[in-house]
Amino acid sequence: MRENSPARRARWKPASAAALASLLAAATGCGGGAGGNEVEVFSWWTGGGEAAGLDALIEEFESKHDISFVNAAVAGGSGTNAQAVLEGRLQSQDPPDSFQGHAGAELRDYIEAGYLEPLDDFYAEQGLNEAFPDELIEQASYEGSVYSVPLNIHRSNVLWYNPQVLEDAGLDPEAPPETVGDFVDALEQVAEETDAIPLSVGAQWTVDHLLENVLLGELGADAYNELWEPGADWNTPEVSEALQRFDSIMEHTQEESGSEDWQEPAQRVVDGEAAFNIMGDWAAGFFDELEMTAGEDYDWAPAPGTGGTYMWLSDSFTLPVGAPNEEAALSWLELVGSQEGQDIFNPLKGSIPARTDVDAGAYADNEYLTWALGEWEQSDLAGSFWHGVTVDNRWKNEIDTAVGLYLQEDDLDELQEQLDAAAQSE
Amino acid sequence: MKRARTWLPGLLLVSPSILLIGVFVYGMIGWNLRLALSDQHRPIQDADFVGLVNFIELWDEARWPGAVRNAVIFTVVFVGGALFMGWLLGLLLDKGIKGEATLRTIYLAPMAVSFIATGVVWRWLMNPAPADRATGLNALFVELNLDFLVNNWWTNPEFGMAAMALPAIWQLSGYIMALFLAGFRGVSEDLREAARVDGCSEWRVYLYIVMPQLRPVTLSVVIILGHMSLKVFDLIIAIAGQQIIADVPAVYMWQMVFEVRDPAVGATIASYMLIAVAAFVVPYLIWSIRKERSEGR
Repeated sequence: MRENSPARRARWKPASAAALASLLAAATGCGGGAGGNEVEVFSWWTGGGEAAGLDALIEEFESKHDISFVNAAVAGGSGTNAQAVLEGRLQSQDPPDSFQGHAGAELRDYIEAGYLEPLDDFYAEQGLNEAFPDELIEQASYEGSVYSVPLNIHRSNVLWYNPQVLEDAGLDPEAPPETVGDFVDALEQVAEETDAIPLSVGAQWTVDHLLENVLLGELGADAYNELWEPGADWNTPEVSEALQRFDSIMEHTQEESGSEDWQEPAQRVVDGEAAFNIMGDWAAGFFDELEMTAGEDYDWAPAPGTGGTYMWLSDSFTLPVGAPNEEAALSWLELVGSQEGQDIFNPLKGSIPARTDVDAGAYADNEYLTWALGEWEQSDLAGSFWHGVTVDNRWKNEIDTAVGLYLQEDDLDELQEQLDAAAQSE
Repeated sequence: MKRARTWLPGLLLVSPSILLIGVFVYGMIGWNLRLALSDQHRPIQDADFVGLVNFIELWDEARWPGAVRNAVIFTVVFVGGALFMGWLLGLLLDKGIKGEATLRTIYLAPMAVSFIATGVVWRWLMNPAPADRATGLNALFVELNLDFLVNNWWTNPEFGMAAMALPAIWQLSGYIMALFLAGFRGVSEDLREAARVDGCSEWRVYLYIVMPQLRPVTLSVVIILGHMSLKVFDLIIAIAGQQIIADVPAVYMWQMVFEVRDPAVGATIASYMLIAVAAFVVPYLIWSIRKERSEGR
């Protein structure tokens, strides 16, 4: 056979991939069977509060429907391992019935590759357009359509601090810094007056996280949101100034940060080794696990300059093209989007529901969640770039590289140039 | 027919492995090369042949030169360090220390540990915290009043990768020792005796009689260590995770393939790694084939 037309190649590729996939499935004995009435849901929730929340949701789902639930969770790397496994399954046209993904641009690759079904009709049918804040739907949409159902909301812009250390430094623990400028002054004061680390950070990605907070705090929600339009201009004096602030803040972090993830820097705050830490609100769940008391061992405020804005990220569930059991998948999404489902899951995971019409009583015994719920209802929204709301993986990776090189070489102009180049190449 | 009876059973016996290696090693290398020469920058996309564009453009990527530099530093320190430590331990054991068998087992034991486990332990040992917050080895130095030794280990922006090679040296020295010990023992005692009778001092016996005969062992050791070192991934991930400061080609490739989802660039990095390993292995193969021929085997 000499003939080698594109059509032939196109036929040959999925066939061989499918053959390989079925071989692998046979070898591991876990092929998602199409037979029987079951729904296979793929996530990376395998431990702690998130697994407990998922289990509670599964229990509710199975009590309501005569569908058996297959929990295809893959552990490790806060989702990166799971995404690698998922990529292989999607490419070999063996999708689960629904999979977890961060709402927003992180799903863009899947959408462009034609892996996901739009859920606009489902939203209309379930009344989700009214239940979720308009800004959330707008920021999570791609070209006017929604492709996933948000189950929870986490907040990225939280300043955690140790009241005692602030007092020792002569700062008022009741009034933590409200602007980025004040924050830099406060860090200097902590450095002068105490032996504590002014601001604890961890490995490279936590510095990315800090960067998004400083950008939001310095630029404000509107200008921040505009940065994520493809081709946006990052070469402005405003961004320069924000990066200057970022640089001053980084001077007050501990030198061994590279060897720590996010937990150690957060723990340094409750242990009194550090004054401040900027991390997402999963830190609140971590402090609960450590049996720390809010208001005594730690306290929180919006990250400096970001009061009145909720920088959100969200775990959501999707409907893949060619889901083996689409009807069951939609039943699952119905539960995920419902008030009931969100109130079952979120108190266990330590996050707030994406819906605004939920039962606040379910969160009443958690001081942080009660605060966050109040903020969610009245804040402007901004999407977290590091957690996949505003940028796709390629752009995110380019920013991460720029930040990593900055950490190594300490060249602020180079950082701005690369951030700009990353935005231009989109 | 008679002839076939001599070669056919042999061929049948090895044909499954020829087939499997053909498909799963060389076939996959070919597929990888095809990807690297294409412009398939997204998983689902029709790709065109673009020649060596990816191989050239990779050098303009901000990460790549640093990753290569890190891999080179790591390789030099790791191969040099493990070679020297292995040789030294082998030499000491060759002198017939009491309890040699026990010591041999102890030195070899780290081989049984996976790089991931080694990495987790050394991540703690090489904690870069300064003296007043020191843990791990830095705490030991403080305790011994050797404060000048306290350092930032692998987080040093210049030569951090040299520290990253320490766990690898620790892990592989025992294995290299075993290879050298076998080499030492392979040198005939008669030769040594003859040299001693001629009035040769003990260290000269090693320098002029034993060492020259260890050249083949040394070469194998360099190749084994070199190809491990150029592919290092798990140790880096366990100690540093995905951070530019400890970036190496394998970590870069993993991120391009599984996070950015850029098959062409991932395949290009993989090809460069293969070329680097081949640069170690191919000259050795040529050398050993020539040697076998010249020895008339």
